[in-house]
Amino acid sequence: MRKKLLTMPIVAALLAIVLSGCEPLMVLNPKGPNAETLSNTIILSIITMAVILLVVYLLLFFMLKNYRASKMGADYEPPHEAGNHKLEIIWTVIPILIVSFLSVVTIYTTDKVEKKPEGYGNKEALVIYASSSEWKWHFSYPEEGIETVNYAMIPTDRPIEFRLYSFGTIASFWVPQLAGQKYAMADMLTTIHLAADHEGDYWGRNSNFNGEGFADQEFTVTATKQKDFDSWVKDVKASEPALTEKEFDKLLKPSVVGRSSYSSTHLSFSPAPMDHKDMMKADKYTESKKGSKTSDQTEHDMDDMDEMDK
Amino acid sequence: MTLEILFSPLKEPLILGTAIGILVGGIAMIAGITYFKKWTWLYKNYFTSVDHKKIGIMYIFVALIMLFKGGIEALLMRAQTAVPQNKILDSNHYNEIFTTHGVLMILFVAMPFVIGLMNVAIPLQIGARDVAFPRLNLLSFWLFLVGCALLNISFIIGGSPNAGWTSYFPLAGIEFSPGIQNNYYAWSLQIAGIGTLATGINFVTTIIKMRAPGMTWMKIPMFTWSCLITNVIITFAFPVLTVALVLMTLDRQFGTKFFAMTDGGMDMLWANLFWVWGHPEVYIVILPAFGIFSEVIATFSRKNLFGYGSMVASMVIISLLSFMVWAHHFYTMGHGVLVNGVFSVTTMLIAVPTGVKMFNWLLTMRHGRITFTTPMLYALGFIPIFTIGGVTGVMLAMASADYQYHNTLFLVAHFHYVLIPGTVFGLLAGYHYWWPKMFNFRLNEKIGKVGFWMIVVGFNVTFFPMFILGLNGAARRMYTYSESTGYAPLQMLSFIGALVLVAGFASLVYNIYYSIRYAPRETNGDPWDARSLEWATHSPVPEYNFAIVPQVSQLDEFWYAKKEGRDLHAGKIEDIHMPNNSGAPLWMSVVMGLLTFFFIFNQFMIVIPLAVITLLFMAYRSFEIDEGHHIHAHEVEETERRMRGDR
Repeated sequence: MRKKLLTMPIVAALLAIVLSGCEPLMVLNPKGPNAETLSNTIILSIITMAVILLVVYLLLFFMLKNYRASKMGADYEPPHEAGNHKLEIIWTVIPILIVSFLSVVTIYTTDKVEKKPEGYGNKEALVIYASSSEWKWHFSYPEEGIETVNYAMIPTDRPIEFRLYSFGTIASFWVPQLAGQKYAMADMLTTIHLAADHEGDYWGRNSNFNGEGFADQEFTVTATKQKDFDSWVKDVKASEPALTEKEFDKLLKPSVVGRSSYSSTHLSFSPAPMDHKDMMKADKYTESKKGSKTSDQTEHDMDDMDEMDK
Repeated sequence: MTLEILFSPLKEPLILGTAIGILVGGIAMIAGITYFKKWTWLYKNYFTSVDHKKIGIMYIFVALIMLFKGGIEALLMRAQTAVPQNKILDSNHYNEIFTTHGVLMILFVAMPFVIGLMNVAIPLQIGARDVAFPRLNLLSFWLFLVGCALLNISFIIGGSPNAGWTSYFPLAGIEFSPGIQNNYYAWSLQIAGIGTLATGINFVTTIIKMRAPGMTWMKIPMFTWSCLITNVIITFAFPVLTVALVLMTLDRQFGTKFFAMTDGGMDMLWANLFWVWGHPEVYIVILPAFGIFSEVIATFSRKNLFGYGSMVASMVIISLLSFMVWAHHFYTMGHGVLVNGVFSVTTMLIAVPTGVKMFNWLLTMRHGRITFTTPMLYALGFIPIFTIGGVTGVMLAMASADYQYHNTLFLVAHFHYVLIPGTVFGLLAGYHYWWPKMFNFRLNEKIGKVGFWMIVVGFNVTFFPMFILGLNGAARRMYTYSESTGYAPLQMLSFIGALVLVAGFASLVYNIYYSIRYAPRETNGDPWDARSLEWATHSPVPEYNFAIVPQVSQLDEFWYAKKEGRDLHAGKIEDIHMPNNSGAPLWMSVVMGLLTFFFIFNQFMIVIPLAVITLLFMAYRSFEIDEGHHIHAHEVEETERRMRGDR
């Protein structure tokens, strides 16, 4: 009966793993350096935590086995024990060491995934603006001058820089097999660095609840060879219509839509907001609010946001 | 506004069913009370009573009812997601249900249950006759109930809030959530929050000022210590909620732009304010549970608590850290490595004092004499299951890894693994433990234990699969998913677990019924052979708590007095000064309830006179002279004789 207490979670865990089948879990099946760092971090933390669990479980098992009333004899009266400094120091210091170790790991890996991934030589990052509106994703390629809805193409073996923002509610951009999440917000720009090492279709979604159509706000990121990527760009440029302001306003209305492609981007008539870092510099922030434009800010002017909302 | 819009939620069969259920239940209750002619009795003995024990019982009663409402909502969510593309609920209803489930379980189940047990036990544990501000205490209860009623009414009139219990802007703003649904959120939390803030101040004062003679700081029972720290956190954290909700109301109802996307507003400011309150709130509901476990484990190991000093110190440290971790709820908003790093470290540090407590509980059992009563089972179940919640908490604290867990079912699994074995098991342990102090019989042990096992099994089967689902990319708050995701088998397993869990909770109610009918009445105020002062007086406790206030010279005074055969209550019985009952808190809360209700619907012409009446109530109170009353020594002696005679 008592042992059941300890085995319950373990049984549940096993059952859960069996039922989930043999497919590797998405987060632990990375296809690029960013997601791989995170996957390794997660596995390391699971192992560390399993050791801690084991210690607690063994101790509990030991206490319940040895100090049950039925074992102690009818006239046993427990002694008074105020505490034990040696033990208390041990179980304070060891957790502090574990936390310190994990802190170092956290800061190292956080820094790593927030930077342009290494190991791709001097290749410049491909910049893609991913913006969210109720309940879809717009991907703008400023250099290529094309835009897609609900799907993105990226070349493999090249750093990619997604710049995120939103036309309304907060959305969280998530492609589990390529990178961790980041919020897309209306009033500032955030960045995700990633790269794909293998060709394939990677499922992504908004993971931050944002209303009725939330469950359907999904997209696919397809990684292909640079050559195929280039020809795709050329194709879109040649055969898809341009994205007019009118068409874009229609797209922004709350709706769940399929995929589409355009041979121009919305960035020209509706530029992205400021970068988070610039935003935190208060002087720039207030200046831009007043509408006084400085040369380096023309692209990131906050006042344009008002027009965007309309 | 036409009536049609007002009652439009009733067009949905599910909502209509709920409405009818509430109506029938309510009518049955009112009819029952009328039939047995209990209205006057209830009004005199409960609704207007400033007695902390009765207020505690009312809190717990409401908490249990709300637990069932929240539980049914949970079951509906699990039923909806049990199979892919299910059609039990549509998106909007699912959103309403997970929103109210969160608000309800945290603010109208965990909080009143915690505050109810505090009311029942704290004045008794410290040898006081009541709390410091008895009438304020009653006002706290009624304000809480008004907030609770508003949230429940929303289902029938106007529609429930549907932007998540976190109600992030801009989603919860007027642009994306037009209509009055989310006004309910702001006002229901606001009014209940004010009540809670008053409770916080009340109990901090009570514990600081009203302890029995000789009970110095390090002789305070651990539950009272945990509640002192909890109430200090309440006093610091709830004003943040109050202000945030005022800003929300201004934004939603008066067109300001604090959290807007334009004109200098910042949507993430809401998230920050919400979690500056929200994270300490988590500790507000967990620390009292830690206190209960300390009492229960010591009592049923027949041993003093191991490492008393470090138990207190660790709670103080947890309370300080609880205010320094709020940003870990949104690592993903893109602040740099430095900010995320700092918040990761402070968050992980909480594991250290929590670990200290865990080991202290384990070592309390060493050399003990463990008996497996129902409250002890909950305490023992807490240790292995809560540890899973704790270690996954450390995993989530790591900012980089959190980029993959955030907003997924992994997170949902984690916080249920903390809140259920922590808070809920703690509250259930306290509920079974103090029940014979509230009433004069114990709950049936056999039914209690069966219920425990159903809850443990059901809980793990419901929530463990969510860890796996989360790692497989399942986001939280999704009303449906496609077959191709592969979530279906584990979601179904989770639903089956939820059924068992609900059956477990239902057994609690059956146990009340069974025990009222069949449990032997206690002849002794100390059925568990326990250690702290609340067990030194009779059960049920007389109005004045202790005929003679006990003298304290050490921790667990009552235990040692029992062992040494000392009488704790030596001395002469004198007149006892007690506070008067009052109907004012009830009626003032009714007026404030109507005020907030019409405020929600922007009916300011009705709001203004109601606000004037509220102010008049306050003015009346400030000029009122109420010296309380005395229970005369001979009456006390008679009561004492009668109570002893019952034995």
